[in-house]
Amino acid sequence: MVPLAYYLTLSALLFAIGVVGVLINRNAIVIFMSIEIMLNAVNLSLIAFSQFMGSPAGQVIVFLVMAVAAAEAAVGLAIIVVIHRTRESINVDDVNLMKW
Amino acid sequence: MTLAIFLALATVSVISAILVISQKNSVISALYLVVTLASQAVLYFLLGATFIGVLQIIVYAGAIMVLFLFVIMLLNLKRDEFGPDKKKGQRVLAFLLTLFLAIEILAALKIGLSGGQAVTGVSAKLSIGSPVEVARSLFIDYLYPFEIVSILLLVAILGVIVLVKKRF
Amino acid sequence: MALFYLITIGKVVVVFTVFMVIVAYLSFIERRMVARFQTRIGPNRVGPAGLLQIVADAIKLITKEEVFPADANHTLFLLAPLLSLIPALLIMAVIPFGDKLTLFGKSVDLIISDLNVGILFVFAVTSLGIYGVVMAGWSSNSKYSLLGALRSSAQMISYEVSYGLSIMGVLMMAGTFNLMEIVRSQASFFEWFIFKQPIGFLIFSVCGIAETNRAPFDLPEAESELVAGYHTEYSSMKFGMFFMAEYAHMLNVSAIVTTLFLGGWQGPLLPPVVWFLIKVSIFLIAYIWLRATLPRFRYDQLMNFGWKFLLPLSLLNIFVTGLFMYL
Repeated sequence: MVPLAYYLTLSALLFAIGVVGVLINRNAIVIFMSIEIMLNAVNLSLIAFSQFMGSPAGQVIVFLVMAVAAAEAAVGLAIIVVIHRTRESINVDDVNLMKW
Repeated sequence: MTLAIFLALATVSVISAILVISQKNSVISALYLVVTLASQAVLYFLLGATFIGVLQIIVYAGAIMVLFLFVIMLLNLKRDEFGPDKKKGQRVLAFLLTLFLAIEILAALKIGLSGGQAVTGVSAKLSIGSPVEVARSLFIDYLYPFEIVSILLLVAILGVIVLVKKRF
Repeated sequence: MALFYLITIGKVVVVFTVFMVIVAYLSFIERRMVARFQTRIGPNRVGPAGLLQIVADAIKLITKEEVFPADANHTLFLLAPLLSLIPALLIMAVIPFGDKLTLFGKSVDLIISDLNVGILFVFAVTSLGIYGVVMAGWSSNSKYSLLGALRSSAQMISYEVSYGLSIMGVLMMAGTFNLMEIVRSQASFFEWFIFKQPIGFLIFSVCGIAETNRAPFDLPEAESELVAGYHTEYSSMKFGMFFMAEYAHMLNVSAIVTTLFLGGWQGPLLPPVVWFLIKVSIFLIAYIWLRATLPRFRYDQLMNFGWKFLLPLSLLNIFVTGLFMYL
């Protein structure tokens, strides 16, 4: 049997990889993909807890998180498409009109 | 046996997640992300959450990633030719800070799991991953968040259409 | 435990063999049938009445020259036919094709994997089939392929929504996602879900045909439109795999329709497996009949039909079914 700690360690590792992805990349779409990795890491820990505590509440929360992630991916990609339309680039360093 | 499968899946997940963030070509990144999501789904099956595992493939790997791939292909993105970082040492700092974050999370886990009952092994009721149990909990205890999420999805659809339309 | 593995491996071998033989001969049957519709005969030279035509085709495909387009992404180019074929083969793992058998003193369910979320597995694997199309189009580095792939995958995604919603009525009435239980809940002839859910059956069939990119929804791969769509640049056995994948998908959709709407393997006199094959064949013949008869949809007509007609209709179907179940 796999102990709970193993699942949570894997979740922490994936979360850290997602954070690195957000901080390092300049391509807006890869940043979005790193955010999806982070959301998945959290989903994994929620489901691990749900099974070990014997309550389906964790899985319900994961269901709702998936729906929210889908909505967020759609809106975020729409914003990227519009930015590409006006600027011809999706490098996040170019989207700096509001910076002082 | 279960441990062997878990270790294999964990290795695949971590390696493909690292490959997602390190590729120059966005399409290859997206495909490695699909591999990560699919291995996550198998991990959910291993935990007994069959309903959520199948939903992960249908929603995440089957719909959201196809959306990502569409956007990447329609924007016709070339290889990542972004130059060196604007600020010096940004990457090194990012790695260091994330390392600290990972160490903190693992330390919190160790402290949290050491005291109290020994939590090992999957709980006896493997059926709490079945659609019946999840649906019972979703529609009875968590009906209000369910309805709110449906409104959220409607708002997201409207938002996407309004954002992308060129002319009304 | 070892006996369980042995029985499962035996089932896998039998199902895979029968599946591949049917897929191979389906292309031959289609050519003969379409030929008859067009008052000609079709291939009848190779072997007795043309039955060895498949062998000739296979030899031709295997021995053709492999063409790699310049600047094509090698790994993805080679991976795309696999991504198209493997999901088509995976779906057969959850289709029930017979009642219980007793072998070696153990009662064997004639289904390879009796998942509790069987029908959801089918949808998951169908969603994964889109990647084969997208990868084929993108990695070929050719305008025709990319356009054909984007059109084809947009069509598949649009019809997938109604594909899933149209069987919600069946699932509400059966009360389970388990395919064996759905078959068992259609006990007598008049309880088959095709009578209780006629609109659901029609929507599901139409969406199934659109999902597999078959006529009349085959604009993305029509020869007169986009050369050959996403498999323009493929030659030899890779094209053979796309070809097989299309027929395998057809067979899968027919098998799912049989399981959900036509009562699966149930029937009076003959053994259950024979009934299953008969019902699947009826639907396959209907598929080929539609290809021979109907003209194709234009792309915007196709998308209009999927989003503006089939989706509200399937939602209405769910609503009416719920209403009738409650009253």
